[in-house]
Amino acid sequence: MFAYVLRRLLATIPVMAIVAILVFLMLRLTPSDPAAIIAGDNANSEQVAEIRTRLGLDQPILTQFVIWTGKTLQGDLGESFFFKKQVAELILDRLEPTVSLAFLTIVLAVLIAVPLGVLAAYRQGTWLDRIVMGFSVLGFSVPVFVIGYALIYVFAIELNWLPVQGYQRLSLGVAGWLQRLILPSLTLSVVLIALIARITRTSVLEVMNEDYIRTARAKGQTEGRVLRRHALANAAVPIVTVIGLGVAALIGGVVVTESVYTIPGLGRLTVDAVLARDYPTIQAVILLFSLAYVLINLVVDMTYTFFDPRIRY
Amino acid sequence: MSIEVLPAEISESARAAPRPGRLALIMRNPSVIIGAAIVAFLALVGALAPILGTIDPSEINPAYRNKKPGAERTIRTEDGKELPFVHRFGTDTLGRDVYSRVVYGARVSLIVGLTVAVLSVAVGLTIGLIAGYIRWLDGIIMRVMDGLMAIPAILLAMGVVSLSRAGLLAVVIAIVIPEIPRVVRLVRSIVLSIREEPYVEAAITVGTPTPTLLVRHVLPNTIAPLIVQATFICGSAILIEAALSFLGIGIPPETPTWGNIMAEGRSLFRIYPHNIFYPGVCLAFAVLAINMLGDGLRDTLDPRFAKRV
Amino acid sequence: MGYLRQSVLALAAAIGLAVPAHAEKTLRAVMHSDLKILDPIWTTAYIVRNHGYMIYDTLFATDANGEIKPQMVGNYEVSADKLTHTFTLRDGLAWHDGQPVTAEDCVASIKRWAVKDSTGQKLMTFVDSIEAKDPKTFVMKLKSPTGLVLLGLGKPSSNVPFIMPKRVAETDPNTQISDFTGSGPFVFKQDEWKPGDKTVYVKNEKYKPRPEPASGLAGGKVVNIDRVEWRAISDHQQAVNALLAGEIDFIEAPPHDLLPLGLADANVKLFDWNPWGNQYTFRPNWLHKPFDNAKVRQALLYAFNQEDFLKAVVGDPKYYKVCNSYFPCGTPFSSEKGMDGLLKSNFQKAQELLKEAGYDGTPIVLMHSTDLAVLTNLAPVAKSLMEKAGFKVDMQSMDWQTLVARRAKKDPPNAGGWHAFLTSWVSADITNPIFMGFMNAGCDKAMFGWPCDATMEKLRDEFAHETDIAKQKAIAEATQVRETQIVTHIPLGQWYLPALMRKNISGMVAAPAPVFWNIQIQ
Repeated sequence: MFAYVLRRLLATIPVMAIVAILVFLMLRLTPSDPAAIIAGDNANSEQVAEIRTRLGLDQPILTQFVIWTGKTLQGDLGESFFFKKQVAELILDRLEPTVSLAFLTIVLAVLIAVPLGVLAAYRQGTWLDRIVMGFSVLGFSVPVFVIGYALIYVFAIELNWLPVQGYQRLSLGVAGWLQRLILPSLTLSVVLIALIARITRTSVLEVMNEDYIRTARAKGQTEGRVLRRHALANAAVPIVTVIGLGVAALIGGVVVTESVYTIPGLGRLTVDAVLARDYPTIQAVILLFSLAYVLINLVVDMTYTFFDPRIRY
Repeated sequence: MSIEVLPAEISESARAAPRPGRLALIMRNPSVIIGAAIVAFLALVGALAPILGTIDPSEINPAYRNKKPGAERTIRTEDGKELPFVHRFGTDTLGRDVYSRVVYGARVSLIVGLTVAVLSVAVGLTIGLIAGYIRWLDGIIMRVMDGLMAIPAILLAMGVVSLSRAGLLAVVIAIVIPEIPRVVRLVRSIVLSIREEPYVEAAITVGTPTPTLLVRHVLPNTIAPLIVQATFICGSAILIEAALSFLGIGIPPETPTWGNIMAEGRSLFRIYPHNIFYPGVCLAFAVLAINMLGDGLRDTLDPRFAKRV
Repeated sequence: MGYLRQSVLALAAAIGLAVPAHAEKTLRAVMHSDLKILDPIWTTAYIVRNHGYMIYDTLFATDANGEIKPQMVGNYEVSADKLTHTFTLRDGLAWHDGQPVTAEDCVASIKRWAVKDSTGQKLMTFVDSIEAKDPKTFVMKLKSPTGLVLLGLGKPSSNVPFIMPKRVAETDPNTQISDFTGSGPFVFKQDEWKPGDKTVYVKNEKYKPRPEPASGLAGGKVVNIDRVEWRAISDHQQAVNALLAGEIDFIEAPPHDLLPLGLADANVKLFDWNPWGNQYTFRPNWLHKPFDNAKVRQALLYAFNQEDFLKAVVGDPKYYKVCNSYFPCGTPFSSEKGMDGLLKSNFQKAQELLKEAGYDGTPIVLMHSTDLAVLTNLAPVAKSLMEKAGFKVDMQSMDWQTLVARRAKKDPPNAGGWHAFLTSWVSADITNPIFMGFMNAGCDKAMFGWPCDATMEKLRDEFAHETDIAKQKAIAEATQVRETQIVTHIPLGQWYLPALMRKNISGMVAAPAPVFWNIQIQ
């Protein structure tokens, strides 16, 4: 097990290196000039050139890459072109809202989707099954921001139950934190719910046909117990896998959802940074998201042994 | 996202070339019929846009800004005649006719979806075949693909769009790139498994040249799963295009796409919900139909998998 | 159940404890942009200027009537030959760290400002020396008389000559400052500054306001609130929603189309803090065909009309005004001289001019910015009017930041350069020929667009030398007449963007910049 984890961790190194190269090349090939943006409206060309020199943008691309890689490896993500702050500090600042949002979204999605999926499987072919399946296709088909606006309109404006926007730090109280996160995480979880409900239904259906279920039923166990103890436990692996894969969708959704709800998280930082061509910040954020994606999927693989003792590494 | 889980599973089972009668089977699947009907209808709407009572979708008319659906005005034709015109879906903040924009938008949105699907499958297929067949390249290609996969699609697309002047082509490329690794993985896994088949080994031993081998034995086996995959890519491409437009980095706003119309209308969605409502409904319908089509195709093209879903 | 209720109560109490015991008056404002840069001398961005007015003070300030009044200065004397200006600071001025403000601080601040600001640069061509005489007095000696001393030091908008401590003002003007000590009515809370989220200011308890009532940017800056928070909400619709829900108190720049939504609520009102408004502007690029030809540029002056632009972008006539003057209507040098028959969409005349100029159908690369609501609709209108005049137009869409980068490029339009773009100026920035950056026709030294005209430069120079208001007005009119011949840019009308705020907010001062002194919360 330990050797496997180590091997997998080592395998992330080339992946991250490639991500770094791709991201770096992508940004340096842009026609836009951050120096001109920073210099502002009244700057003349000398001032722009000066800023370019100061930021090191006049160096050959290879030199810039070597410098950046060296610093990144030492944990120095550099200073943002725009915010006059260390990129690391900016990211730390933004981490809590994004992690909160992602966490709550996953919790919400699992709590809603797994029972739905099980129910759909159990009542396969009935109207209930069709509604759940229909919803899951619909969930993939509506853009996140449309869901967001619809939820805001209903729950925040018409019913006035929840705040329209914003984020409150966890340290200021769980109630306020939760209150402001409910709508965003509900918005974001729609796609995940669709995904997880589908896969849960499929996995449970498959398991239900297995011999041991028949045995359990024959033994006279209640249907609830059969579902919980046998069907669901064995369907856990594909469900966990899909959550791992869902992280990619989650990250994409975070960017949009944070914009809709004005949550000061990493997603908005990314959009701001892209619009402002803030290279150090864009690079760091994309690296971070990619690393999160790789690591989460590693953790997901690890949990297989927990859910299915037959799997050994 | 629906796409991501599926390729590996499809690849296990969809090795056999389509049997005769499969087409008939496809035609009997209700999701395929409904999905295909809706998609065909929307495609027809897009194709026939000029004769569906539309006016120039980018014609700006400051005097008719933000009109509610049903507002009337007179338009002057080129030969000087004045005709009454009804803004069925209202007008947007520039006074453009939302109905015309939505109808023309069907064109652009579906073209984006289709182009992305075709391009990513074509490129992915090529790279996948190379990776599956040329051993020494396999490692390098797959590491690059892993790297690409690790970057969240929307961030990658944002980066690519910022590369060049935002335009239809840039957006298409931006959406294609993150899709490629998924196709590559699928194709490669099919190639790898087929290599082990006795008849392929036999073909290799009798000295069949690689291109012939690929065309005759490998390619046919990839068709069914790739059609399914392409359908899902098409659906998600339309959604990603909308998200990029929403974030302000998509196709230039004067080009009507459903995403653009919504992105422009969103700041006024409480006062003039028609700007979001009509394109939103069309978009959801289109993607829904495409996903249904994909589900149905998968069910019929891959019976083993069909039993499970 | 009882246990649960107890825990909830305990939790509520714990949350309650976090709130200060006395009711703190906080104003939660959504500004037009997020604050990312903190040096108002280094950049001209308006949001940074607004930040400057929070934490810094100025020597002079422009009042509601456009007159320049002393602010930090207590006594100001000019010698009979108009060459020696003596400034004495008023009593009670102190930095946020408690140290007194000295004449040396002022001298260093003026020098740093004068390197970056175009008016400052011009002023310095007249200045022989500026020196501190004693801790509270400094003297400016001129080589020849100029009206720019007060116009410069009382400049209301970017770059404003804010006064900073000497140690800060000695920072290289092309490097951003990193010490944010000011002497203004508010103190910047650096530890609470989260770019992309919020910026926080607290009342400067030690600030000594002038005795006069506040007027424009001049007069007493009396602070009646404890704390101002600038919240970053990039989605306008959401900002208005938040205002209606009482989650914020103030929106500086709500898009016009959203105003009715705000006004439909009984708790929300409008206030136009910038009565001079703003001016839309079209800027051609003189470097490239066909805009290297004055006749082609003139054709634009004939082809355009302000109403079409204003209607498309602003919509409601309550919030715009057709103003046939280069200098904004309502400001001292505004005039219609030389503008007869222009900006009336006379396409026939425009077509004739194009024919005379031998326009060969080169497509005009028109840059269209798509992410700023107040600019998005300009370029499409320009395109349609230009096409009616016989131009071929290649409108290219991009976000504002890309446009800003691209407009600095002198390359040919088909190789990454450009022909034209549209923008907006705050009226206070363009009230005279020196302030008006687009009027600078100094060839390579001019702003992007690089107009080149010796006559215009001579007129601007004359203006700078003139100290008499009536004569200044005559020169300003002459620059406008020259404009109609050479066309460095085209004014496309004046527009106003009132702020939306909760009804319990009162006392906001009307001024070219949104300022937060004098405001009361009931």
